[in-house]
Amino acid sequence: MTDKYVVAIDQGTTSTRCIVFDRRGQLVSLAQQEHKQHFPRPGWVEHDAMEIWRNVERLAPRVLSRAGISLDQVAAVGIANQRETTVIWDRLTGIPVSRAIIWQDTRTDSLVHALASRPGASNISEISGLPLATYFSGPRLRWMLDNTPGLRERAERGEVICGTMETWLIWNLTGRAQHVTDVTNASRTMLLDVRSLDWSPRALDFFGIPRAMLPAVRPSIGGFGTASQGFPGVRIGAALGDQQAALFGQTCFTPGEAKCTYGTGSFLLLNTGTELVRPENGLLSTVAYQIAGAPAAYALEGSIAITGSLVQWFRDQLELISSAPEIETLARTVADNGGCYIVPAFSGLYAPYWRSEARGVIVGLTSYITKGHLARAVLEATAWQTREVVDAMNANSGLALTTLKVDGGMTADNLLMQMIADVLDVPLVRPLAVETVSLGAAYAAGLAVGYWPDLDGLRSNWHIAGQWMPAMDPAVRSAEYANWRRAVERTFDWIQPA
Amino acid sequence: MPGTVQAIERAAAILRTLAGGPGRLGLTEIARTLDLAKGTTHGILRTLQLVGFVEQDRVSGHYQLGGALLHLGTSYLDINELRSRSINWADPLAARSGEAVRIGTVLEGRVLVVHHVFRPDDTFQTLDVGALLPLHATALGKVLLAYRAGGPVPDLEPFTRLTLTDPRALATALEGVRDAGWASEIEEFLLGQAAVAAPIRGYGGLVVGAIGISGPVERICDSRYRPRAPLVAYVRDAARAISRDLGATR
Repeated sequence: MTDKYVVAIDQGTTSTRCIVFDRRGQLVSLAQQEHKQHFPRPGWVEHDAMEIWRNVERLAPRVLSRAGISLDQVAAVGIANQRETTVIWDRLTGIPVSRAIIWQDTRTDSLVHALASRPGASNISEISGLPLATYFSGPRLRWMLDNTPGLRERAERGEVICGTMETWLIWNLTGRAQHVTDVTNASRTMLLDVRSLDWSPRALDFFGIPRAMLPAVRPSIGGFGTASQGFPGVRIGAALGDQQAALFGQTCFTPGEAKCTYGTGSFLLLNTGTELVRPENGLLSTVAYQIAGAPAAYALEGSIAITGSLVQWFRDQLELISSAPEIETLARTVADNGGCYIVPAFSGLYAPYWRSEARGVIVGLTSYITKGHLARAVLEATAWQTREVVDAMNANSGLALTTLKVDGGMTADNLLMQMIADVLDVPLVRPLAVETVSLGAAYAAGLAVGYWPDLDGLRSNWHIAGQWMPAMDPAVRSAEYANWRRAVERTFDWIQPA
Repeated sequence: MPGTVQAIERAAAILRTLAGGPGRLGLTEIARTLDLAKGTTHGILRTLQLVGFVEQDRVSGHYQLGGALLHLGTSYLDINELRSRSINWADPLAARSGEAVRIGTVLEGRVLVVHHVFRPDDTFQTLDVGALLPLHATALGKVLLAYRAGGPVPDLEPFTRLTLTDPRALATALEGVRDAGWASEIEEFLLGQAAVAAPIRGYGGLVVGAIGISGPVERICDSRYRPRAPLVAYVRDAARAISRDLGATR
C-alpha cells in the first residue's frame, strides 16, 4: 500500500508555497517561490497575478519530487491565500486586465472617505461585519471599475470577471472551469451578507459592483472541482483565507479558542462558534470556516497591518541587518529600548484604531540611541500591537485570554515571543507546526475528501512545541504600555484630506 | 622573508582579471591578459573551478567568478538565522521520533542550544534555548567536535562513569562519528538519558551546527543498548533537509 498525502498551496503576500503533509499533519516537503512586489506610487502595492499562477505551476512538480511521491498519492489539494487582494481578468483570454491590488494598498482612501458619508454606509458595516476601510476588496473593485475605461461595461456583460487569489488559482487549476470563492474570502469583500453567506444586493448596489463579475460563493470545506492544471486529477477540497486557515490549522474548533499568526502582518482570531458576535473596539467579525452541509463558524478578528514587514523594512530599506532573523541578534546587543518607540503605521493603523490617515513614527530619539535600540523597538512594536488587540478582544468577548496560541515565521524569534508573553502577562504556546496556514488548508482539504475522519482526529495531532512564560515587572509593563500609547497618538492625523 | 607561491599569485591574478572584466572571459583572453601559457592558465582555472571560485559557461566555455567566492565572507551563520531556517524540520523530527529536539552550535568550548522543540506529549517542559552543554558528553557536542578542524580539546569533565574522559577514547569516538555521519551519547551526561545527533551543513558543506533528539535510554536505545535505527534515520533526514535548505549540496 502506498501512503497518501495532502498538498497545501499557501499563496501569501511575499511568496507562494506548496507543502506536502502526512497523516500526522507533519511537513514532508516544501517548495517556495517569491514574487515581485510592485510599488508604483506611495501607498500602492500590486502583484502580477499571472506571475503567481506560473509560480504555482512551477512549484507543483517540485514539491512532489522533493517528497518523492507521485500525483496519485495526493489525496487532495487545499488553498490558503492572502486575503482581500483583488484581481480582474478577461474571461476568454484568462489575462488579468491589470495587476492585482493587494491588501496593503491604500489607494482607495479618498473613495472610502467619500463612500463613508453616503447614506447607507453604516448598514453596509452591519451587513458585512466590517468597518468601511481601504483594507477590504469591495472598494478596490469599485476603484478598478472607475479607473479603467470601458471596464464597467465589460463587467456588466460578463466579459471580465474578478476574484481574490483563491478564486484566481482555482479558476486556473480547473482549466478555467470553476469561478468560485469560499465564504471566508468572500467575507472580506464588504459585499457578502455575513449572515446569509451570499452576496448582498444592497452592498453590491452601494459599491456599484455588477453581480455578473463575481464568483459563486461556496463553503470553505467541500468541493471546488478537480484540478486539470498544476495537480491534474487531484480534487481541490478546500479554500480559506490564510488567517482562517491558521485558525483551522491550530485546531481552534471550539468557541473561545484563539490564535495569533505572526507574518507580514499579524492576525488574532477568536472562534465565536455559530454565533456572529457584534464587533466592537475596532475588531472585525468574519467567517472562520464552513464545512459543506453545516452552519458556518464565525470569528472575531484583530488585524495588525505591519509586524514582520517592519522587520523586512529594517532589513531592505534601512539595511541594518542582512537577514530577518538577525534582528534578534541585533536587539540582544542592548538591554532595553533606550526610550525609543517605533509605531509602524505605514498604511494607517488597523485594529483597534482603523485610522487610514495615520503614518509611522519613530519617537524618543536621542544621541544615546543605537541600531540595537531600534531593533528592539521594531520587535516591541509587534508585542505592543498584540497587547492592544488582546485588550480589545477581551473587552468585546467578555472573556479574559489565559494563553495565546502563536504560529507563523516570527515565532522563531525567541526574544519577540518572550516580549509578547511579558506584555500580555499570559503564557504563549507554539504548536508542533509553525506552518499553520498551510496546515489548516491541508486539514480542511483532507477533511473534505475523508483523508482525516473528523475534527477530533485533527485535534489529536496538536502538540505543544514551545512555551514562553511571562516574566516582566508589572510596574515596568504599565509604564512601557503608557509610553507606547503616547507614541501611537503621535501617528494620528498625519495625512490631510486632499 | 618567506618565499611566495607562484601558482597562488597567478590564481589571484586570474580572479582579479575575471572580477575586472566586463563579463565572461575566454581562456585565450585570460592567458593573453596575464601573459601566461594557455596550459598553465587552464590548469589554474580548472582548480579554481573545482573549489567553486570560478564557473565555466557550458555553451561558450567562457569563465566567470563562481558563487563560492561571493559567499566567502559570509560563511558565519547567525544563530537566530540557523534557528529560523531549521524550525520547519525540527518540528517533524519531534513528531516522528516522539522525543525532544535540540539544535546546537559551538560557543566558547561548549554547545550553545539555539533551538529546542518540546517532546510532543504535552507535559510541562521549559525552553532551554541559550543553555550551554559540554561538548564531549553530548551527542550534539560530539558532532560539533568531530567536524571542527583543529578546535581546542575541551576540558574532559566526568559527568557519569561512562563520560569519555580519556582524550584518546574521545578521538576514537570522534573518528567513528566522522565515519558514520552521526553521533550518539548513552548515559554519558545524565544517567538514564541517551541522545542521537547529526551535522547540519551550510554552504559548501561546512558544518554550522548539529541537530539531535534526546530522551530516556530505554526509548532511544534497543535491547542491545544501541540507538534504534529508525530514530537515527529520522535525525539524519532532518539534518540533511536543513543542510539542503542552507545550500550545502551544490
